[in-house]
Amino acid sequence: MSDLLQFLLSGLTVGAVYALLALGFTIIFNASGVVNFAQGEFVMLGGMATAFGIAAGLPVPLAALLAILGTAALGVALNALAIAPARGAPVVSLIIITIGAAIFLQGAAGLLFDKQIHRYPGFSGEAALRILGATILPQSLWVIAGATLTFALLWLFFSRTLTGKAVLATANNPLAASLVGINTRAIMALSFGLSAAIGAVAGLLVTPITMTAYNTGVALALSGFAAAMLGGLGSPLGALVGGLLLGVLEALTAGYVSSQYKDAVSFILIILVLTFLPQGLLGRKSTDRV
Amino acid sequence: MQLKPKYLSLLILVLLVAAAPLFFPSGFYYRVGALIFINGIAVTGMVILIGYAGQISLGHAGFAGIGAYSCALAPVYLNIPPVAAIAFGAALSAALAWVVGRPILKLHGYYLGVATLGLGILISMVLLNEAQWTGGPDGIAVPDLGLRGLLRDMGLRVGAGELWYWVAALVMILGAWLALNLFDSPTGRALRALHGSEVAARTIGIDVPRHKLHAFVVSAVYASVSGSLLAQMNRLITPDVAGFMHSVQMVTMAVLGGVSSVLGAIFGATILTALPQLLTVFHQYEHMVLGLVMILVMIFLPDGLLPSILKRLKGRNEE
Repeated sequence: MSDLLQFLLSGLTVGAVYALLALGFTIIFNASGVVNFAQGEFVMLGGMATAFGIAAGLPVPLAALLAILGTAALGVALNALAIAPARGAPVVSLIIITIGAAIFLQGAAGLLFDKQIHRYPGFSGEAALRILGATILPQSLWVIAGATLTFALLWLFFSRTLTGKAVLATANNPLAASLVGINTRAIMALSFGLSAAIGAVAGLLVTPITMTAYNTGVALALSGFAAAMLGGLGSPLGALVGGLLLGVLEALTAGYVSSQYKDAVSFILIILVLTFLPQGLLGRKSTDRV
Repeated sequence: MQLKPKYLSLLILVLLVAAAPLFFPSGFYYRVGALIFINGIAVTGMVILIGYAGQISLGHAGFAGIGAYSCALAPVYLNIPPVAAIAFGAALSAALAWVVGRPILKLHGYYLGVATLGLGILISMVLLNEAQWTGGPDGIAVPDLGLRGLLRDMGLRVGAGELWYWVAALVMILGAWLALNLFDSPTGRALRALHGSEVAARTIGIDVPRHKLHAFVVSAVYASVSGSLLAQMNRLITPDVAGFMHSVQMVTMAVLGGVSSVLGAIFGATILTALPQLLTVFHQYEHMVLGLVMILVMIFLPDGLLPSILKRLKGRNEE
């Protein structure tokens, strides 16, 4: 029983990170129709920048804030320099552009920071807490709380503010949105900045647990992409469900079956889900117009 | 005399392959050339899948992995001679593509991308984790094909680099010839029709799922043969051959050079294979340059390098 609880707790921690990654995918996909394979690099950059800020003697909150702002600026730049100029390109071209961006950012991070593995101490110490026979790091609680807060804030943003509703309108129909006076270009830039910031938050929260290095982005992007697909690409709630489900399933597989094949389960699941529910668990049904 | 475009493409390919060694400053370049041709084989398969049929795959390195590890394992465990192991790997890849392709190819765009990506990752994960068979991350030695020994017995002494240059060239040209033949065949026309519009293709009686599946299986065989040759040339193979980055490389080479033409895709393979070899001086910047090239070509030359260059040349002639 305590085994199961242990696996669930570690699964929820990882799942919270996947959910944030999937949320980042979702926001960019809704705004621009692009699946951004550089999403994992934002997570890596958030962790790396915070690690270097702390190493340079900055207090943790300031280092974290700078990391988030810097990564968000990079997200805006990515849209302006690489995505916006390729408007209307076929899916294959867009995939190559964002993978190119991921490779570029990885190379730049290796050069700008270094190629070592980095971590910093957890925000509330390193002593594990005991719950009903299972243990959990205080940092895991930070990750779960951070993800919850991010999702809550985002929900408020989308449902209570005019700008948030403008984002939803743009996602729904860019042409109609621009006809009612929404600056869709600004919305695109905002979406990329927001998505990059969310990635950075995930990265700086989870780095004390998983550590980070310049080349961790691609694997993270694949897991986040998988989570977003599982929940249904384009749905924020789907991102949450897909992320947590993926995290928990991986942890259960690692615990009960084989830790080597924990990633396999997620991809087997994705192939099955896509085969039988092509729009993901919570995605909208779509029909093609001819 | 007017040559058909098909034969013109082949002629250009043969001439380039035959003439290139005249300009090699050292034997090392034979290896680079062989590597280019081996990638060229895989990329020709991508032309059939992406360029003709309009389907994407982010997991074809998995089939290259099957081809490569067949060459390493089949001779040892199944007593299959190394040459036949290439065919064995190709058959295995084709069978897997056949079984998995039918459900997967119902998907479109990004969904097809993630499903194929999952397939590739599953294959590479098996190769990585079943260390008692595959040697795990350190890789495994590949039994000798015996080609050099055969030539030596016939009184011909050829360096390994040179030998693989010509073998890979031969296979690539053969593969290019088959792909070019396919273009104007009924199957090729059907593929191009469903690329344009699946609904329109269906209304004129084309069996869309069957043709997509054929393109998927054929391209898997190309990837598998490419992996086999890589394994035979290096005599050592690691799970990287089946990794996500290798899948991305295949797609990128094809799209960068021009995915709608065999010659263009092979041109893309040439550039992306040679570039890292030439950039060793700038090794630190290799990733940044590669990423930048991918982004810039897709933004400014979305048809790929070769078609864009040709279009520009033609435009100038007409002025």
